[in-house]
Formats: sequence, C-alpha cells, structure tokens
Amino acid sequence: MGKRGMTTILTESDELTVDAANGLWLTAADAARVTGWTLKPEGMCRDDQCVALPPSVVAAGRVDVEAFWRRLGNPVLCADDRETWVLGAGADDRNAALAGLMAPDFTLPDLSGTPHTLSHLRGKKVLLVTWASW
Amino acid sequence: MVVAVAEDSRGTHDVRPWIEQAKPEYWCLIDPDHRVASLYGMANVPRAVWIDERGRIVRPPETAGSTDHFRKMDPQTLTMSPADQSARDAGKAFYVNAVAEWVTTGRHALDAPAAREKLPRITPEIALADAHFRLGVWLRRHGAAEQGSRHLAEASRLHPESWNIWRQSADLEAVGNAAGPGFWARVQALGDKPYHRPPDLPGFPT
Repeated sequence: MGKRGMTTILTESDELTVDAANGLWLTAADAARVTGWTLKPEGMCRDDQCVALPPSVVAAGRVDVEAFWRRLGNPVLCADDRETWVLGAGADDRNAALAGLMAPDFTLPDLSGTPHTLSHLRGKKVLLVTWASW
Repeated sequence: MVVAVAEDSRGTHDVRPWIEQAKPEYWCLIDPDHRVASLYGMANVPRAVWIDERGRIVRPPETAGSTDHFRKMDPQTLTMSPADQSARDAGKAFYVNAVAEWVTTGRHALDAPAAREKLPRITPEIALADAHFRLGVWLRRHGAAEQGSRHLAEASRLHPESWNIWRQSADLEAVGNAAGPGFWARVQALGDKPYHRPPDLPGFPT
C-alpha cells in the first residue's frame, strides 16, 4: 500500500510520509512536522503549553507519537498493516476552536487542482456551503 | 463570496458534471475526506455557514434552505406533489433572500453569545468517527475496500446522526446506494425527527 518501509500519517489537514520505527516512534523533527508540537526538555510543547512525557515515550532521539497523541485525549487509529495511521483532532480541541468563533481555516483544490484557502477571503463576507453529488 | 465545498470522496469525477453545468464564478472546491464537515461539525448536506469580513462565524452550520418535503415523495416515481414542490422552493428562496439581506444590510448575523449557543457540540465519539471515516476513505482509495468499509461502518456506528458518513459510505459501496432503499428506510426510521432541521430564521416557511 504505502512505500516500502515508510509510514503514512493522515492528520486533520495533511497526508505525510515518515520513516517510523516500531509503530509511530518518530524523530523529534518528524514528530514536530506531523503533530505541530516540539520536543523540549519539559516535554512536547506548542505555543506556551507543554505536556510532560513519561520516560517510556522518549528514547534514542525518537518520540512515541501514538502514546503522545493518546495522552492529549485525541483519537489514534491504524490500518491492519500498521503502515497507515490517523492522528485525529480531539473533541476538546474542536470545540475550543469553534467556541472562539473564528471560522476554521482550510485549503482545498478546485476542479483544476488549484488550491484555495478560506482565510484568503478576509475582507469579504463568505457563504460557505457544503453539498454532494450523492 | 460563495465557497461551495463538495463532500465527495470519489473526488472530481462525480462532481465535475455538476460544476461544469453551473459555470460558477465562485469557488467550487472538492473535499474527498470531508474535512470541512469535520471542522465545522456538519452532519448532512446542504449546510451553510456565514462568515463575516473578519473571518468570524456569524451563523453556525444550518440547513441551507432545504426542507423535509422530499420525505413525502412517491417512492416509486420519486415525484413530489405541486404543493410540496412549491413549499420546498419557498424554503430555498427564503434562505437565498436571507443571505442577500445579510450581504446588503448585515441582517440575520448573530452576535457572539447567540452564535456560540448554536454551535454544534463535538463529542469524543464524533471525533473518533471522523478518524475512522478518514481512514476508511483512504483504505478504499488505496485498494483495501473491505478493510476500508469496516472503518466506514464503525464511523457510522459512532456517529449515527451523520448522514454525510452514512450516505458517502453507501455511495462508495455502489453509486446510487446513497439514495436507494436503504436510504429511504433510514429516513423513515427517523419518524417525527427532522432530516433537515429548518434554519432559525424568523418567517422561514414550514
């Protein structure tokens, strides 16, 4: 399915390929790229928030991203072959984002494949409508 | 500015004829993973969100003028009575007019407390359902249909109120399933509960 030896990670806004060991043990650099959190002595940090990690979750320069993501209370899933993973957005994060009333941003392609980003429309009123061919 | 997002896991193929016929001047985007539905807590289509010039939600997701009159369709011929057709069209026209009023006068925009009150509430089950949906769609797209369907079924089990999940999953099994006998049975099972909850706009025709 994926490239041999490489792991596919599906995040809220992306699809990334990483070199993962033994599940989702990623280098600190890949962990930052995938999760948006940076490994520091205090633990995994984002903005002014840090989450301490138990020693079992960090080893030989790698982070157990599966354990970290679960520690945040967020959903983690993997395919049967453990080569494709989903790091899902957690309910608390989703609700907090919506409660701030800033329209969650996204970038999606049009028919010709050109990407469009919602936040680029600041300055105009936007009617966002979802539909489906089914 | 209208941003129309197609929640279509089959991608551009099924969406293209609709867009090309409409020849729109607004953005028509393709969202195979249903990211927008997840971000905004939407469970069905069509749903609309009003966003002001500062990027703030002034009307959280609501039914974009559709009504439940379709439930009275003749199941064999899939036709509606003229009275029901008029009522359905009146609902759509009312919503379009409300949007126009907003654009020109700012009317119907909700202040922060009112908007917050109408926001959808994402539960841990819904967040997990979205993760299963994402994986299920990916697996189906990459040749693992059976495994993918297993995750799509779990997504529906975790979030049974999501018509997006159920209907998209059905459509991925076979085009047309989303509007087939299984769909109609599921709609009937709603009983008195609405399929499309009407938008909370004063004067919306019932």
